Amino acid sequence: MQRYSIFSLARNALTGHRNWPQAWRSPAPKPEYDVVIVGGGGHGLATAYYLAAEHGIANVAVLEKGWLGGGNTGRNTTIIRSNYLWDESAAIYEKALQLYEGLSRELNFNIMLSQRGVLNLAHNEHDLKEMARRVRAIRGNGIDSEILSPAEIKKLVPAINVSKDMRYPILGASLQRRGGVARHDAVAWGFARGADARGVDIVQNCEVTGIDRKGGRVTGVRTSLGPIKAGKVGVVVAGHASVLAGMAGFRLPIDSHPLQAMVSEPIKPILDCVVMSNAVHVYVSQSDKGELVIGAGIDSFNSYAQRGSWQIIEGQMGALVELFPVFSRLRLMRSWGGIVDTCPDASPILSKTPVEGLYFNCGWGTGGFKATPGSGWAFAHTIARDEPHPLAAPFSLDRFTTGALIDEHGAAAVAH
Amino acid sequence: MLLIRCPYCGLRDESEFSYGGEADIARPLEPETLTDAEWADYVFLRTNTKGRFREQWVHAHGCGRWFTLVRDTVTHAHGETGVFGGVEPEADG
Amino acid sequence: MSGPQFRLPADTLPDGRIDREAPLGFSFNGESFTGYAGDTLASALLAYGAFPLARSFKYHRPRGIFGAGAEEPNALVQLETGGYSQPNLRATQIELYGGLSAASVNAWPSVDFDLMRVNDWLSPIFPSGFYYKTFMGAGVGAGRWWRLFEPFIRRAAGFGRAPTAPDPDRYERMNAHCDVLVVGAGPAGLSAALAAANRGGRVILVDDQTEPGGDLLAGDRRIDDAPAMDWVAAALERLGAAPDATVLARTAVAGLYDDNFATAVESVGDRFGPGAPDHLPRLRLWRIRARQIVLATGAHERPYAFANNDTPGTMLGNAIRHYAGRYAVVPGRQALLGTDNDSAYRTALLLARAGIPVTLADARETPPSALADAARQAGVDVEAGCAISAVLGDRRVRGAKIGRVLPDGEISGALRPVEADLVGVSGGWNPALHLASHRGARPVWNEAQTCFVPDDLTALGLRTAGAVTGAGSLADCLEQGYAAGRDAARAAGRTKRTRKPDLKTDDGAAGAPIRPLWAVTGRQPGSRRGKAFVDLQNDVTVKDVALAARENYRSVEHLKRYTTLGMGTDQGKTANVIGLALMGVETGRSPEAVGTTTFRPPYTPVPFGALAGRDRGALFDPVRETPMFDWHAANGAVFEDVGQWKRPYAYRRDGESLEAAIGREVRAVRNAAGVMDASTLGKIDLKGPDVVTLLNRVYTNDWETLKVGRARYGLMCHEDGMIFDDGVTARLADDHYVMTTTTGNAVTVLNWLEMWLQTEWPELRVFATSVTEAWATATVAGPEARRLVSGLDSDIDWSDDAFPHMAVRTGTVLGAPARVFRVSFSGEASWEINVPAHCGPALWQALIDGGATPYGTEAMHVLRAEKGFIIVGQETDGTVTPHDLGMGWAVSKRKDFIGKRSWSRPDTARPDRKHLVGLLPLDSGTVLPEGGQIVADPEQEPPVTMLGHVTSSYKSPSLDGSFALALLKNGRNRMGDTVHVLRLDEGADAARVVAPAFYDKDGGRMRG
Repeated sequence: MQRYSIFSLARNALTGHRNWPQAWRSPAPKPEYDVVIVGGGGHGLATAYYLAAEHGIANVAVLEKGWLGGGNTGRNTTIIRSNYLWDESAAIYEKALQLYEGLSRELNFNIMLSQRGVLNLAHNEHDLKEMARRVRAIRGNGIDSEILSPAEIKKLVPAINVSKDMRYPILGASLQRRGGVARHDAVAWGFARGADARGVDIVQNCEVTGIDRKGGRVTGVRTSLGPIKAGKVGVVVAGHASVLAGMAGFRLPIDSHPLQAMVSEPIKPILDCVVMSNAVHVYVSQSDKGELVIGAGIDSFNSYAQRGSWQIIEGQMGALVELFPVFSRLRLMRSWGGIVDTCPDASPILSKTPVEGLYFNCGWGTGGFKATPGSGWAFAHTIARDEPHPLAAPFSLDRFTTGALIDEHGAAAVAH
Repeated sequence: MLLIRCPYCGLRDESEFSYGGEADIARPLEPETLTDAEWADYVFLRTNTKGRFREQWVHAHGCGRWFTLVRDTVTHAHGETGVFGGVEPEADG
Repeated sequence: MSGPQFRLPADTLPDGRIDREAPLGFSFNGESFTGYAGDTLASALLAYGAFPLARSFKYHRPRGIFGAGAEEPNALVQLETGGYSQPNLRATQIELYGGLSAASVNAWPSVDFDLMRVNDWLSPIFPSGFYYKTFMGAGVGAGRWWRLFEPFIRRAAGFGRAPTAPDPDRYERMNAHCDVLVVGAGPAGLSAALAAANRGGRVILVDDQTEPGGDLLAGDRRIDDAPAMDWVAAALERLGAAPDATVLARTAVAGLYDDNFATAVESVGDRFGPGAPDHLPRLRLWRIRARQIVLATGAHERPYAFANNDTPGTMLGNAIRHYAGRYAVVPGRQALLGTDNDSAYRTALLLARAGIPVTLADARETPPSALADAARQAGVDVEAGCAISAVLGDRRVRGAKIGRVLPDGEISGALRPVEADLVGVSGGWNPALHLASHRGARPVWNEAQTCFVPDDLTALGLRTAGAVTGAGSLADCLEQGYAAGRDAARAAGRTKRTRKPDLKTDDGAAGAPIRPLWAVTGRQPGSRRGKAFVDLQNDVTVKDVALAARENYRSVEHLKRYTTLGMGTDQGKTANVIGLALMGVETGRSPEAVGTTTFRPPYTPVPFGALAGRDRGALFDPVRETPMFDWHAANGAVFEDVGQWKRPYAYRRDGESLEAAIGREVRAVRNAAGVMDASTLGKIDLKGPDVVTLLNRVYTNDWETLKVGRARYGLMCHEDGMIFDDGVTARLADDHYVMTTTTGNAVTVLNWLEMWLQTEWPELRVFATSVTEAWATATVAGPEARRLVSGLDSDIDWSDDAFPHMAVRTGTVLGAPARVFRVSFSGEASWEINVPAHCGPALWQALIDGGATPYGTEAMHVLRAEKGFIIVGQETDGTVTPHDLGMGWAVSKRKDFIGKRSWSRPDTARPDRKHLVGLLPLDSGTVLPEGGQIVADPEQEPPVTMLGHVTSSYKSPSLDGSFALALLKNGRNRMGDTVHVLRLDEGADAARVVAPAFYDKDGGRMRG
């Protein structure tokens, strides 16, 4: 792997950039691998990378049905944070954030992590109580979190409206300063380049059509490029987990929904942190290119179409303009949709399955991007050792049988 | 935005309806006789079909009736509706 | 600026669409200009020459106007200032109005001298994606370099600026339904709309230009031996006379969605600028549901790339034709046109008619003779087999070089200089298939036309006509339009027969096929100087595409994301196809194999305000007020939002602090009588013989034994066994019950009951009706409450014998029918009096007059917490069972109900789950923080072992000191233990674990 640096850029400038090597190869798949990872998104590529880098398992293929990073990795709003309520969630998301903090250097690929802070707004008494609980739990877990008054919010985000005459005035916010955004494509590309350099075969345009089993054990996969044998198979296919589970003969506690996101035209810097509001349903940040990146809730119906309905967009734009009246004349440039696999408790599944040697990493819902390195790290361990990493153990499938859910929906928004 | 045919009221915008998820999940008659796994299957596990999918909707901002709809989760093409409990619609709008 | 010297003198060409009698003054970058009604900002500026008016995204190179419409990549401006300001508008789409003021964006200090141009000279070390390769940081403090550089990169990026003040304008929405929606009012669209209207259909014809006509607006086409615009006028007249046809100009369809739902944005007041009449909304968002849609969206011309193809004065060939024909502007004295297809000949002829010397470099070895002969006859210098290799000049075209071009775009042989100050380039046409793509159409490569065309979408009720199908001739456009309109109307059920019009067009002799040219490159000295741009807006060059290929970013999506090709505000309308074709050249694939990225809504950018419409401020969400709201507002109420409701949080008297008010209210209830507005509680009437069966299934406790006239508290769980609502249900008659729910869950609970009743238990004979708004509810509580209610004019016997705790009575109060529940959430003797909503204010006033102290939600919270009564959503969070709360008394063992089975799962049956307990701070003056985390060891370093959290905590006016409720792991087995509640910053407060009841533990007061 040719190392990237300002010096390599300068050196290559002298030759007109004609000598850069491929960031990753595009090999034909071998007939057999120790581990096959199904899904070339961020989580799958991270899993492959850590299998090679941390567990010495490099005879690995990542099979991607389209182009790598083309699923939710390339469609999300790139928010990174670890301000989760429950200990189990905080642990894995914080691990991810810590890995993110060193990832550009680890991968020698600038993922443009920008720790500009993530602000979660509170709009009513119930929100304030929830926020107080959450911030205290987060701090108990040793993760940075603080509470801001409306005046402090205004100072941090001058464009926001903190006046009392809003329909749902902003009463306060929690802030995780270490939270922020990163360049989503770069995370996929960085892991791909790193995994490839360690010998992992990344095979694009290779769709898995079946999972071969014998005596309750996985033996390989069938693909659009022919059968591939594998000792172990890790499935990391956000948006299609239920489909792959169906191939292996079991069902998951997952519904797939459209999640829409959108960007404005690029403008000069106006918003220096990530602002999220669950009460009025919108979140927004500004990319380094200058676009406002905006997201909201999922469409209610099940779908594999990567598109949602119009009324969702109107709703979130109303919320955005309510929070930021000066954004009203900015323009929506592009909207798109992804497929999110949601679990009943809004927590992911990182688990062994009823099939020996088959592992699933799924159910990240709307928030998988922030977990990418932590998810790959814990999943690689789970595959390599055939036992859940302690970070992954609480997220096993059997929690739906035992009742040990990790319900991140939090309190229903109810008060007398 | 889908244009859904409520079996009781006729074609209406999706925004008049609320979604009720996968249809045909019957509540077990004797839950106490089920194993934990069987109970979890009823409460949590879903087929989440890619393709033709029978699902439940309720005309929440309309007649308030629940009904089933067959919809393709890939193309969003939809058609056949069904009613519950033999309550037949009186007229089609 | 020296006068509009590039406006053609009147009578040079027919005057097109401008009105020379209506001059309009405007300013750009502070200088004054004059244009005419009918101009766009772009045409008015071009009348003064093709000067730089923008800087590019990355290299800050000077840029001029390149196109004539939505495809414009360069000419982004900031329109107006203050609250009316809007960044990034394309000058080509701004309709000129008097007093317009606009400025360049992305240039500092000015568009003429931009210091960021340094990026251009440093560009050798800034290839595509350079930022992925550096700023990683080395050694300690990884990420520090990026933290240092990111602010610079951010400041350099972006174009215009957000307004500095809130938007003063108003936006409206309009819903419309039609048989046939026709998008695009060029010849195909007009033809389609006429055909559909003639069949009797309800038709909506939408076009984003200021007036219909499409390509015919250029003014050089003829239909039936008359100017084509005469045909347009006639068509509009006929549509106007049709029974149900609507023509919307200045209206851009933004997106198509499932089941033929279209959104479109109409410019209404916007075209008058800040001085628009007050009664006009700025924009109107149309939401159109169409049975059938005809897309006649035309095509965008694409350029081919060559060195310095971004120099101001370099434009799309057809844009030059439009400026000349429609606006009487030719921004140059001498033109060079480069083409690989027929379309540039019309431009050449029009320029020749305007007296401009033209050199036409046709890449085809043998240009079609009819066209070439006609051009030569008009004085055009036609150079066959030649292409533009480079443009000279920096801030303005000073000349160009052409040469003989090989099939791969290489120039062979010597370059020939051409004197020109205007360069037009025609590389073929890209059908505007964006909207079809929104509905999921796959673009299909058409090799003959060298373009992507939309797939057949008839099954979705979508048809295409005209240039969007790749059609080149006017006759084909008219014919396809007619057929599509006719078929769409027929599919929509309009069966009236129509006759196909027979129109004569000026298409002339057959032309020759396109010879696709993507980029002109050269090996000879000098030809490598200067960048050849593929994406003008995002500064993506031919070399950048090659670099992406080299580094294996070969998927079209990787190409886009790595180089930013097509990611600008124009979404690559002129760039995408060249980029992917060049990627194909680099990797030995056809454009079809490379494929396209997916077009997503909107087709052109849409202001957020138009999407939000009127759903802002007070109309963002409905405000719900109880019948007594006005009294509350007039008497010091501080309101809180609970769902959509405004509820009094407390009533402040003059000079009183909020805390003091709450204390006073609590004491009033404990010592005398208080009254609370409980109208927001959900109320559901349940009628039918099977109500008790329903209650038994949805509540955890037993309802068989509830007698008429009695009420009972119940808990509801989901199937996962976790509490989601609670409330009191009373039996008014044998088959008539009324259920109350929490305020926030009123709708949820009714939906929950209906779902079970309809989908699972249709055999149950129960009607459930929301009556929340039908009744106003005043809760009277306190030792003086009985005296107070007894004083009301009523036929109800309020004595404890006749009306005991947990009883319900109906009767009259103040002459109004009333339902009264004797239930207590405060722990005092308490009556919830329900009267018809309109009687609420009178009841309330009578109770106040009787001496009751009004109390708000916070006093209510304190009162109930002292009693250990839970609030769903505060003591519960979706992870709490009745047993966790110690409410086993509200659970029946004799029956099944929703959620019961989940309790025997291993984790839910654990004896050491989190339990509801009381906490008494060891220092009785300390109020434990709500949400505070409970630990055993306050000295432990994070991550600490958290045992639970404080759910409610108050300083009690009734007790000595403060108290709290908490969820504590294994709490019921820790009674008497000391635990610690962490403070926010550091330290902890010690508290003793006690039973969760603090006041009147035997309940004597509420039964008294």
